[in-house]
Amino acid sequence: MEPHVEVKGLRVTAGGKDDSAITIVEGVDFTIPRGGVLALIGESGSGKTTIALTLMGYARSGCRIAGGSIRLGDTDIRALDEEGLAALRGDRVAYIAQSAAASFNPSKRIMDQVVEPALIHGRMDRKSAEAKAISLFRALALPQPDSIGSRYPHQLSGGQLQRLMAAMALITGPELVILDEPTTALDVTTQIEVLRAFKHAVASQGATAIYVSHDLAVVAQMADQILVLNKGRIREAGAATQILQSPADDYTRTLMAAARPAPKPAPVAAPTKAPLLEIKGLFAGYGKVDSGGRPEIPVLRDISLSIAKGATLGVIGESGSGKSTLARVVAGLIRPASGSVNFAGARLPGGLEQRSRDQFRRIQLVFQNADTALNPAHSVADILGRPLRFYHGLKGAAQQKRVAELLDLIRLPANLADRACSGLSGGQKQRINLARALAAKPDLILCDEVTSALDTVVGAAILDLLADLRRELGLAYMFISHDIGTVRAICDDIMVLYGGMAVEMGPRSAYQAPPFHPYTDLLVGSVPELRAGWLEEQATRPPPPAIGPALEGADLCRFLPRCSARIDGLCTHFTPPRRHLPGGSDILCHHPEVVN
Amino acid sequence: MSAIPDAKNPGWAARLPLTGKVGLGLVIFWIATAIAGPWLAPYDPGAFAHQDVFAGIGAAHWLGSDYLGRDVLSRVLSGARYSVGLAAAAAIAASTTGTGMALLAAVSPRWLDEVLSRFMDTLISIPSKIFSLVLVAAVGSSLPLLFLIATLIYIPGAYRIARSQAVNLAQMDYVQVARTRGEGAAYIAIREILPNMIHPMLADFGLRFVFIVLLLSGLSFLGLGVQPPDADLGSLVRENISGLGEGAPAILVPALAIATLTVGVNLLIDALPRRRGSKEG
Repeated sequence: MEPHVEVKGLRVTAGGKDDSAITIVEGVDFTIPRGGVLALIGESGSGKTTIALTLMGYARSGCRIAGGSIRLGDTDIRALDEEGLAALRGDRVAYIAQSAAASFNPSKRIMDQVVEPALIHGRMDRKSAEAKAISLFRALALPQPDSIGSRYPHQLSGGQLQRLMAAMALITGPELVILDEPTTALDVTTQIEVLRAFKHAVASQGATAIYVSHDLAVVAQMADQILVLNKGRIREAGAATQILQSPADDYTRTLMAAARPAPKPAPVAAPTKAPLLEIKGLFAGYGKVDSGGRPEIPVLRDISLSIAKGATLGVIGESGSGKSTLARVVAGLIRPASGSVNFAGARLPGGLEQRSRDQFRRIQLVFQNADTALNPAHSVADILGRPLRFYHGLKGAAQQKRVAELLDLIRLPANLADRACSGLSGGQKQRINLARALAAKPDLILCDEVTSALDTVVGAAILDLLADLRRELGLAYMFISHDIGTVRAICDDIMVLYGGMAVEMGPRSAYQAPPFHPYTDLLVGSVPELRAGWLEEQATRPPPPAIGPALEGADLCRFLPRCSARIDGLCTHFTPPRRHLPGGSDILCHHPEVVN
Repeated sequence: MSAIPDAKNPGWAARLPLTGKVGLGLVIFWIATAIAGPWLAPYDPGAFAHQDVFAGIGAAHWLGSDYLGRDVLSRVLSGARYSVGLAAAAAIAASTTGTGMALLAAVSPRWLDEVLSRFMDTLISIPSKIFSLVLVAAVGSSLPLLFLIATLIYIPGAYRIARSQAVNLAQMDYVQVARTRGEGAAYIAIREILPNMIHPMLADFGLRFVFIVLLLSGLSFLGLGVQPPDADLGSLVRENISGLGEGAPAILVPALAIATLTVGVNLLIDALPRRRGSKEG
């Protein structure tokens, strides 16, 4: 059969047209049969998006397509002029970007934007375009398909916008759809719905698709063929099942190993039982605090936890669950409204002003994004030297020696000390970010999504480093993440946050098998497995059972609106009790026989 | 304004782009002129050295003569001192004070920020020319007074720009890290925030400098600025305005001098090495 998409010897360069040009992509060949799905997988800088964009005849500013042939059906894309390309884009080839929220114009209604490609290319009149859009909304399982088009982007969630962008891409009935990391920015529970909707919609249109991603497990659900890329070259190409089951290339195996971090063993010396950090009945949020100690806009509600010396607590939840707020309360950036926070046996003052320098030193906060957490005006030596001087009074040669030791500890060469941070890679920056916390010789490090912004391979290396440091230095961590795989790999205890409440809390062994809290169940069940066909096996969740009106003013379960195990009359009227499960965890739920 | 971040690096001037080198050349030229001008002047700037008014370029008088027959070259060489010196001093004072107060506002409790900002709003609402007129009328024109007026008028603008920068930077993660390290407000303002706003503030300084040259020229025209027989570049333009029809060098040269001075300052500042956080492409 004649391939639908055929790319041969593709070469993309950046810079001038002469020899000084840097080759970004070289020697890439692939074909996709009509209706097939090819996945481009690799780390950042692997050229996967660059390759996908060449199929629209597009190279990012400063880059150009320097060689090779790109054919779509019987069209030679490289032979098209600007006009020909403009006619191609958005009509025969459609693109779905990573951040739909940034791709929609906030001042226009959804429908006006979704039908735009069809109107620009003169495919249909406005009325039939709107009818087609509504049928696509329905196919993509969007709520209220008939009226959702009259809303504005800010009124919709990230997952809904991502599906609406798919509707915009599919409205002209394109031959080829390019999906560029379309679920990377979504919560895992949303991702599964979006993946399912994409797969169904692309298949029912009979379109050929290119799926760009760094996540092998997601790719396993979507693709027929996989192309593994590294530094602009193909490392391995083949059918999805073959690559997932018997990868031939070393690099592919590295990627697979990093995708699912193995559990790190707990340190040999069992952590002592005396709690280092103990939080009881913590409420925190924004706005005025009432007489009962409840803030106007609560973010954290009734949180209690304890971390022993040398232990690791994982805090997991989706965006908006309050997990970063928890770290900021412990760090002193946000004052708690009520409840107690004790550190090393003494009460920890709520604000920064009342804390002692020793308390500052013993609790260190590491932010998610090293790009913004390291001051671009400072060199590595400045960044690491400051806490050494501030807490330990180290100056001159002693400080330099300690900086070199710290760099060695985080496995970076000592000659990096004089460099500015802007010249370092993402992984190196995150190590410096960590080393700054280590320089204080802390007892507790608050890690806020420290691996989320990194490539999987780099993130796995940071996790290994954290586990090693814990063993060597006896550190305790509060490890905040949205990824249950990461948390299970490194933490002794795990707390699941939903809507600011700890819905489940227990040792990591309790998270290997059910029973779980209904939300934990949803979370665990939404993480794609590293094999094809997983998505199909996951039955579509039944809609939550119908319930009567909730009792006004009652302190009800936060998960109630989404819970598939909710019970009318019980969950709608009473505050859920905290119950102990045989697996070792405590959950906040009414359900007599917890799910599964 | 504190030292340019990369100025200590020996090769920085050589690494400037061409526009920056042109700017640097012009700035050095005008600074040299401001310092050495009076000694280089071939005639006494106040003397009636030429027979004709608005004479053209000639061997004895390289840049011709002005509306009273005085030597234009000598007058420009002596006038540069006021324009460069006074304007630069006032621009530096205004930018430094504005930036300093903005940093104070960014790291202080909210009430102090409010007090400072409202005070600046009050200052900015006074029309600058009227403010200068009142002060000059009350005290009488003198160089220290002109310096004070120019500084006071341009502090609020510098403050506004600097505050908007500083308040944004104060929200950055690295500032939060410094706060949780227990650092004091002074360290955060000077070491964490200031280095990251220096480039925009230098650009702003260039703009303020140009504004001050223009303000001083305007005051000179009204007879309230630098007092005759001394004249800054602005007053040279104004006093020779009647020569415009003849295209006399007496008006073209001081106008060209102001242009090269202000353009040079801005070219140099725009070309200074930037230090910014790298963004993933």
